[in-house]
Amino acid sequence: MKPFTYSRAASVQEAAQTAASVQGARFIAGGTNLLDLMKLQIETPTHLIDVNHIGLNRIEATDEGGLRIGALVRNTDLAANEVVRRDYAVLSRALLAGASGQLRNKATTAGNLLQRTRCPYFYDTRMPCNKRKPGSGCAAMKGISRGLAIIGTSDACIAQHPSDMAVAMRLLDANVETVTADGTRRSIPIADFHLLPGDTPHVEHRLTPGELIAAVTLPPPIGGTQVYRKVRDRASYAFALVSVAAVFGEDGSARFAFGGIAPKPWRVDAADAAVGSGPKAVADAALAGAQPTAQNAFKQGLTARTLASLFRQKEARA
Amino acid sequence: MDAVELTVNGRDVHLQLDPRTTLLDALREHLHLTGTKKGCDHGQCGACTVIVEGRRINSCLTLAVMHEGENVTTIEGLGSPDNLHPMQRAFVTHDGYQCGYCTPGQICSAVAMLEEIAADIPSHATQDLGEVEFSDAELRERMSGNICRCAAYPNIIAAIRDVAGEGEA
Amino acid sequence: MKFDRPATANPIDRGRVVGIAHDRIEGAAKVTGTAPYAYERHDAAPNAAYGWIVGSAIAKGRIAAMDLTAAEVAPGVLGVVTHQNAGPLGKGNMNTAHLLGGPAVEHYDQAVALVIADTLENARDAARLLRIDYRAEQGRFDLAADRDRAAKPEDGFGGPADTSAGDFDAAFGRAAVQIDQSYTTPDQSHAMMEPHATTAAWNGDRLTLWTSNQMVAWAVGDMARTLKIPKDRIRVVSPYVGGGFGGKLFLRADALLAALGARAVGRPVKVAIARSQIPNNTTHRPATIQRIRIGADKDGVIDAIAHEVWSGDLPGGEPETAAMQTRLLYRGDHRRTAHRLATLDLPEGNAMRAPGEAVGMLALEVAMDELAETCGVDPVELRIRNDVQYDPEVGPKRPFSSRKFVECLRQGAARFGWEQRDSRPGQKRDGRWLVGMGMAAAFRNNLVASSGARVGVDAQGRVTVETDMTDIGTGSYTIIGQTAAEMMGVPLEAVTVRLGDSRFPVSSGSGGQFGGNSSTAGVYAACVALRTKLAERAGFPAEQVIFEDGLLRLGNQSRPLAAVAGPDGLWAEDRIEFGDLTERYAQATFGAHFCEVGVDIDTAEVRIRRMGGAFAAGRILNPKSARSQVIGAMTMGAGAALMEELQVDTRFGFFVNHDMAEYVVPVHADIPEQDVLFVEELDDKSSPMKAKGVGELGICGAGAAIANAIYNATGIRLRDYPLTIDKLIERAEGSALA
Repeated sequence: MKPFTYSRAASVQEAAQTAASVQGARFIAGGTNLLDLMKLQIETPTHLIDVNHIGLNRIEATDEGGLRIGALVRNTDLAANEVVRRDYAVLSRALLAGASGQLRNKATTAGNLLQRTRCPYFYDTRMPCNKRKPGSGCAAMKGISRGLAIIGTSDACIAQHPSDMAVAMRLLDANVETVTADGTRRSIPIADFHLLPGDTPHVEHRLTPGELIAAVTLPPPIGGTQVYRKVRDRASYAFALVSVAAVFGEDGSARFAFGGIAPKPWRVDAADAAVGSGPKAVADAALAGAQPTAQNAFKQGLTARTLASLFRQKEARA
Repeated sequence: MDAVELTVNGRDVHLQLDPRTTLLDALREHLHLTGTKKGCDHGQCGACTVIVEGRRINSCLTLAVMHEGENVTTIEGLGSPDNLHPMQRAFVTHDGYQCGYCTPGQICSAVAMLEEIAADIPSHATQDLGEVEFSDAELRERMSGNICRCAAYPNIIAAIRDVAGEGEA
Repeated sequence: MKFDRPATANPIDRGRVVGIAHDRIEGAAKVTGTAPYAYERHDAAPNAAYGWIVGSAIAKGRIAAMDLTAAEVAPGVLGVVTHQNAGPLGKGNMNTAHLLGGPAVEHYDQAVALVIADTLENARDAARLLRIDYRAEQGRFDLAADRDRAAKPEDGFGGPADTSAGDFDAAFGRAAVQIDQSYTTPDQSHAMMEPHATTAAWNGDRLTLWTSNQMVAWAVGDMARTLKIPKDRIRVVSPYVGGGFGGKLFLRADALLAALGARAVGRPVKVAIARSQIPNNTTHRPATIQRIRIGADKDGVIDAIAHEVWSGDLPGGEPETAAMQTRLLYRGDHRRTAHRLATLDLPEGNAMRAPGEAVGMLALEVAMDELAETCGVDPVELRIRNDVQYDPEVGPKRPFSSRKFVECLRQGAARFGWEQRDSRPGQKRDGRWLVGMGMAAAFRNNLVASSGARVGVDAQGRVTVETDMTDIGTGSYTIIGQTAAEMMGVPLEAVTVRLGDSRFPVSSGSGGQFGGNSSTAGVYAACVALRTKLAERAGFPAEQVIFEDGLLRLGNQSRPLAAVAGPDGLWAEDRIEFGDLTERYAQATFGAHFCEVGVDIDTAEVRIRRMGGAFAAGRILNPKSARSQVIGAMTMGAGAALMEELQVDTRFGFFVNHDMAEYVVPVHADIPEQDVLFVEELDDKSSPMKAKGVGELGICGAGAAIANAIYNATGIRLRDYPLTIDKLIERAEGSALA
């Protein structure tokens, strides 16, 4: 961990202003991913702005009938929230499928969105990695890629996004509310928030330097049967090989979003439209254009199978 | 160096720390509270679990300076060899350990985990999000952030059940 | 004491303390966090500086240049140790690669420097400031590709590389039923919870190491050889070991570099190997390729059996002896085993819990399941039919010391409800789960090793045992205490056990499941010596005196133990030396594993529903901790079956998934009910304790039972471990999977 200075912000404005004025500053909230990466010098901030004490930890109804989730709401509290459990069950389920009880007690809503990849070559600083060190190459593509992305990848990077929560947020069409140093607020649809790697895999989201996530808002509840299914190599405390968030409407419509298979939470309109044709058709639509490696090609079949499991579950309930 | 004040096991402590110091290293290296263990230092094993402001966390993935003014309970704060906490006693009775290295983390985690169930916090094993029910499956899922490579798992679950007053499955 | 004849009746047979389930006597220290581990010795070495290891960035080649300048001037840095300033170093007998590399680099993450600073934070940061210029060389990293280059290794720890009896080729060729299959097992990591760690301090030319090591005397010897100093200048202290599983059998880089660092900076230094360094810096269980051929009659009775194993290691390394159990487990007049070793430049392969059998049984017991199915014989019955009461390579002149294999099979099957199994795969369904049952034999050799102890009684009648034996979670403290209590006729509470210090008599150490039986036998020997001394002092004939209830008793006469010991107390030391009983008798431990799994019909996720087994391992000294050893080993077997694999990057030559997020081991949620039955057995040819090893038996066969259960659930026979989702769905067609 490189030396850094530390300050505790007392307000959103102070946090944003400090971030704008101090080169190399980063916000720290839960810290569960940032400190992990700082110890390995994958992240090397020169200043940490502790944003744990600037409010932003409330969950409240929006005027539109949706939900506004403060950036600092802990994963545990979000998953346990009565409204979330009742009206956005897929979000609660996704959160609970991730990490461990201890990590969820620290990890925040904003931090979860900003989690970085678990690609093992990204994690070993002796290895080439375009995401960690632009231009150094990608060791994963012809290396160990079993857990990595199969779609949305580029010639520069096949890293996967590791979040479960973000998959549910994507399904629910959440918006990311931010504030910059000059007080400008903006709302970024989650579909646009995360970026595909392209030639710049080190640029992972639309936040500008110093821009702070203040909240994530959810549109009004969409009802339906909400499920999250995560398939992994052990029963708990592991990242997804494939995960699927789904809402099955009573009218036969459905929405699907996918984790473990792409550099960002993955959602394709055509997949939703294919619900009437069954799980295989949904998977085919979701994965059109996939470019898996030999090691992770199984994720295509596994995606279809995970969907099949969800369809089976839904039919059993009906 | 940053000044940090913490309340650890009910005692106020004042430390001057490099801001890079994790809560785990502050406990182990500065306060010599070595009951909290370092297994991976990256949130991958749970050996460093302590209870901060009533919640279990991985003390390896948080900086000590971030806990200014907060209450920290470590294994040493739960009980001592002459005055064991009921969870500590149950781990002995049920052989809920072998090498002992993950044990303080398992015990701190278990104590706080039962509070989470009591507070109606759901888990991945919760069947109906509307209602958290006590079951072995719930305990196993909720304790999965504490790895025991000696794998005393069923014994740990038996110990927790014992403390929770739930008896045999 | 020489143990060269079968044991007769002795005080252990009373079973007042030994054989009774006891809580661990060090339990309170462990559950309160007061048991001191190696990195926590603020008491013994205050003011220790912090060392951080720098691992090689290449797998093979040379260091062309090192620039330490930036690190040396970094805040808090006290010194940097490299091959350039470490002085002449030897190599331990037990080490294959050097613990401090440079200029030659032998494997990825081989230690090439230690940065020492006043704080952990400064040391870790400065370690990143070393500028090392490597000249990489082409290495060999792919066992499958190098299989044909593998050579016959020298005879090693486990015996000859190859064995044979009868005429395998002819017998196999004429067999009515032939099984001929290949299996693979991957590299695995011990992943013990406590990283390798050492605190080192010099006092003049004398070195003390507070370390985490299974074999105290080996650590002393190899440190002496490496530093080129006399053994008597080195003290090794290892009272608590946070898991080892074979990964801490040897002197490793933490110990050597802590010693070198402490010498360089003139104050105590402590070093822990970072979790992400452990898989590549330390040892691992090597991958294997195994071919098994079985020739049987139509009833499954084996006439011919062959097991060939290929593994790899660094130059000078050893093979994974995965055919060991096949030499002893089943009948057959015509047999062959062979081990071949390829030279690879991956990190050092070495022992991990039940080296040989743990992975050999993963293959053999699936082959037996395949034989059972081919012959239409129940898998339990098949194993009973192929039981043999003598070493089948030698014949009846070398019987087993004790072998309750059939009892384990029968009792284990009854207890598990094996009769409910449908032998046809893919028949049972429970909601989304395909449910199957599988079983496998458990087999692990019973090794014994010379072991010493000294035992004393003080004026209060309190008994103290001192031996350099270690407790790595195995329960040594308690069984040694029980042994002394039984022998001296005092309650367990009246015994103090001191372990893990090279100032104490040299013990067997902890490894190869020999530690429990051997070290208690050493304590037994010391107690016999102490009893003799006490009897003499009391004026009683030693042969007739009874030690019980804190008294020496002879007929109606009795004297308190405390009084006889006198104000200065009385001590005795002895060791157990084993004769040729292990040669005259085949000695092994046996069992039967049973498992029920569910396999998700769509996603192929495998969930263990329950595991159970029956085991015969001689006298069970402490049924409580022995059971924990067995269930823990079963769980490690589950990891081997379902998830554990060090993934090899064959271009760069290293294990890619080198942390505990990516190298997954079982968690609570993976392990439900586990049932253990110990079949009653006393083995009078194993030791005076009539016990055998039990710490590794539970892993041997556990994974195969899971593999066989998966087959029973799905109809998919996988032969390449671990049995992950990707492999199952690839074989979905024609199976019970959707």
